[in-house]
Amino acid sequence: MIDESVVSGTLSEALKTGGEFAEVFVEDRRSSSALLDDGKVEELTSGRTRGAGIRVVVGETTGFAHTSDLSEAGMAKAARAAAAAARGGGGGHQIVALSRVDAPAPNEIEVLPETVAKATKVELLGRADEAARAAGSAITQVSARYADGRRRILVANSDGLLAGDDQVRTRFAVSCVAMGDTGMQTGFESVGRPIGFELFDEYEVDELARTAANRALTKLAAQPAPSGSMPVVIGPGGGGVLFHEACGHGLEADLVAKQASVFRNRVGEQVAHPEVTLIDDGTMAREWGAYAIDDEGRPAQRNVLIENGVLTDYMWDLLRARKEGRDSSGNGRRQSYQHLPMVRMTNTYLANGTDDPQDIIAATDRGVYVAHLGGGQVNTATGDFVFGMSEAYLIENGQIGPPIREGNLIGNGPEVLAGIEVLGNDFAMGSPGTCGKDGQGVPVGDGTPTLRVASMTIGGTAA
Amino acid sequence: MNPEELLEIAERIVGWGRDGEQIEAVVGHSQETEVRVYEGEIESLSVAESQGVGIRVIADGRQGFAHAGTLDPEVLEETLAEARDNTVFGSPDEFFGLAEPDGVEPPELDLYNEALLEFGTEAKIDMALELERLVQAGDPRIVGVESADYGDALSADAIATTTGIRSTGRDTSCYLTAYSLASEGDETQTGFGFSVGREPSTLDVAVAAKDAVERATRMLGATQPSSERVTVVLDPFVTAQFLGIIGSTLSGEAVLKGRSLFADRLGDQVAAPIVTLVDDPTNPEAFTASDADGEGLATRRNQLIGVGQLERFLHNSYTGRRSGSASTGSAVRGYASTPGVGCQALSLVPGDQPPEELIAGIDNGVLVQGVSGLHSGVNPVSGDFSTGAEGLRIRNGELAEPVREITIASTLQRMLLDVAAVGSDLTWLPMSSAGVSLVVAEVTMSGA
Repeated sequence: MIDESVVSGTLSEALKTGGEFAEVFVEDRRSSSALLDDGKVEELTSGRTRGAGIRVVVGETTGFAHTSDLSEAGMAKAARAAAAAARGGGGGHQIVALSRVDAPAPNEIEVLPETVAKATKVELLGRADEAARAAGSAITQVSARYADGRRRILVANSDGLLAGDDQVRTRFAVSCVAMGDTGMQTGFESVGRPIGFELFDEYEVDELARTAANRALTKLAAQPAPSGSMPVVIGPGGGGVLFHEACGHGLEADLVAKQASVFRNRVGEQVAHPEVTLIDDGTMAREWGAYAIDDEGRPAQRNVLIENGVLTDYMWDLLRARKEGRDSSGNGRRQSYQHLPMVRMTNTYLANGTDDPQDIIAATDRGVYVAHLGGGQVNTATGDFVFGMSEAYLIENGQIGPPIREGNLIGNGPEVLAGIEVLGNDFAMGSPGTCGKDGQGVPVGDGTPTLRVASMTIGGTAA
Repeated sequence: MNPEELLEIAERIVGWGRDGEQIEAVVGHSQETEVRVYEGEIESLSVAESQGVGIRVIADGRQGFAHAGTLDPEVLEETLAEARDNTVFGSPDEFFGLAEPDGVEPPELDLYNEALLEFGTEAKIDMALELERLVQAGDPRIVGVESADYGDALSADAIATTTGIRSTGRDTSCYLTAYSLASEGDETQTGFGFSVGREPSTLDVAVAAKDAVERATRMLGATQPSSERVTVVLDPFVTAQFLGIIGSTLSGEAVLKGRSLFADRLGDQVAAPIVTLVDDPTNPEAFTASDADGEGLATRRNQLIGVGQLERFLHNSYTGRRSGSASTGSAVRGYASTPGVGCQALSLVPGDQPPEELIAGIDNGVLVQGVSGLHSGVNPVSGDFSTGAEGLRIRNGELAEPVREITIASTLQRMLLDVAAVGSDLTWLPMSSAGVSLVVAEVTMSGA
């Protein structure tokens, strides 16, 4: 991707103004996507970006510059720009000779998407369209998207680190509109894995399309969501995003350090039911948030954040960890070479419980069953969060009842953790997601077993 | 790079077109600086230069697209070859076609201010430090400033097509933002403040700081109320977010593809008569003003709802042609995507009452000062919405205690009809819609 001598020369240039630490991050990304909408394949899109981000650290200050010019001169120019920002260090820091250490990939890639004919990718879209429309005459619109990406990265820093990764991701999504007496409703389903075209050996696009169509059809008969506080049962895999937002973000060390987390100063405390164990695991084979190394060259790790209800640790990137004199937890990520890395999650999940999920529902007199949550957001400083329910049902007398229309679910992270009453034994990972923080998006995974929270606020329109 | 150099690149690509092919090249370049300070020190200083090209090819009624994040000559040819190859796999559509010059003159807008180029790095750092200091000193309950940023950008772009479009543009922009933390007892609340402009002397550090202080401190002591139906006053920032979603339902693309709840409603009374909604990127007051759209056509003023009646949908060339009308100059895109359709500078025509008077007329209500999860909570196809909210209770015409952990829910259709008043406080914001205080009756508020 780039000559090693250019990389070490760039690091030397970057330390010339007195920097204490310098890093070069090189990225080469190719993507292809195809969109079918309104019965037609609108277009195939191909994308290519390549460039390098260079940072220089002096004390508390980071200088950063990026360039799409990977020549020796282009890299040196960016290194000087980054170094100018971080002037005033003591100087005399030398780069340690680079030695390459590659971490094991979370999984094999069997079929590189770039080796698959474009026609084969497009053919998937037509099948999805047909299957979704066949699910019911009320389906009036279908859109399907195929996307693949290959991201090759190389990280080198003045501590002598040199590591690379070749990250492949493939994704397929279907969204449907259904029309009924009550107006229009939508349904969505997606799959994605850090693997190649073999994704479609595992998933039938027809089946995904039917799931999306059925979500839209189900909602045609849905009644308005209730409003007010009540018990909420979250289905397996459907609500992991809630724990990602409501707990995970608050356990990111950069937010903790700035007093912007409701979980600051709480390591060692019992924050949840003793059966609650929350894990962030970047090594999880075939899961959307997995990688061999993070975007600072650190191998991915399995990090236990909450164990048996006790808060055990936060997630760390290189700079936060250096300050505390510890190792990064492999959570330093960035959207692209144009961004500075920060603490990010990978695959974040609540570990399996022991109860029969049927018993959990049966023991709930009245409440809401959330099969699938949509997007959401959290204020990490207060812990307050909001989520859209994209597929949900009323629970009446211990049974799953009629579907309800979209509404928001609101609550508070620490309160929800403390309010988890019981966990099922049916753990599942959820849909592939993109997590946004400070304007940067990165792929993440999540998961949960069935679980019940004593009380959350449902924001519907029913009286 | 200046727009003329970019246009030269775009024209070169277009010149590579073959017989029977339409080619569109969009070329962009930007330079950005961002300074973030924390506790009196520079936390990060980023300088960035980026460029890219997007190429659309239409041949035999099929469309293909490719983009690249560089302007290297050999990559330009590769990108065109890739876009051309991609056309083979698209479905034919008789309405595909690039924009064609339509005789509309672009507005004269002054979006580029050289003063930004003269503003040195030290001055940028000082401005961010000053912002942090003012927030910290703004109230004894401010316990931290999570971030205080100064940022600016200088962008240029050019579009050329085989159909005769030649368009160039450039603009400067800068901003200040601060995120604050306020604390009292064991409760913490957050707030933010910002200021935007075309060059640094138009930035208002004091206003950005004051807003960051007020937004964080005003929610201290907030509690969760019980559920009821109330009249809400949306603060301008909140109204702007709702307008953005309403605007998306009025795109010709959503209409043609059966995804707009307003599809068959042209000419209908869809809103209260006091509602007049206009998308006008030719308005120099709008931060998102621009003289050309994403296909290189002149922007224009489009009235979407007039006195409550639905008058018009927005179109790019494709949706205009397919719906039997024409582009309204509303193509929106970056170089890395094909043109969509969207609002560029949406605003309500303001009423004549300031927010204090609006509030004075309400017996029982909520002033909604912040919403969260709006995008996950609104279904722009069905119109259902439910969003997390916080703000102040209104009792007997006066602002009362703060409330949090509530949701407000309704449908977009009903909300437009239930608009009871539009304030006089129109404010342009750094997004594609403007803010104004808005009174909406009969909204379900869910709490405890």
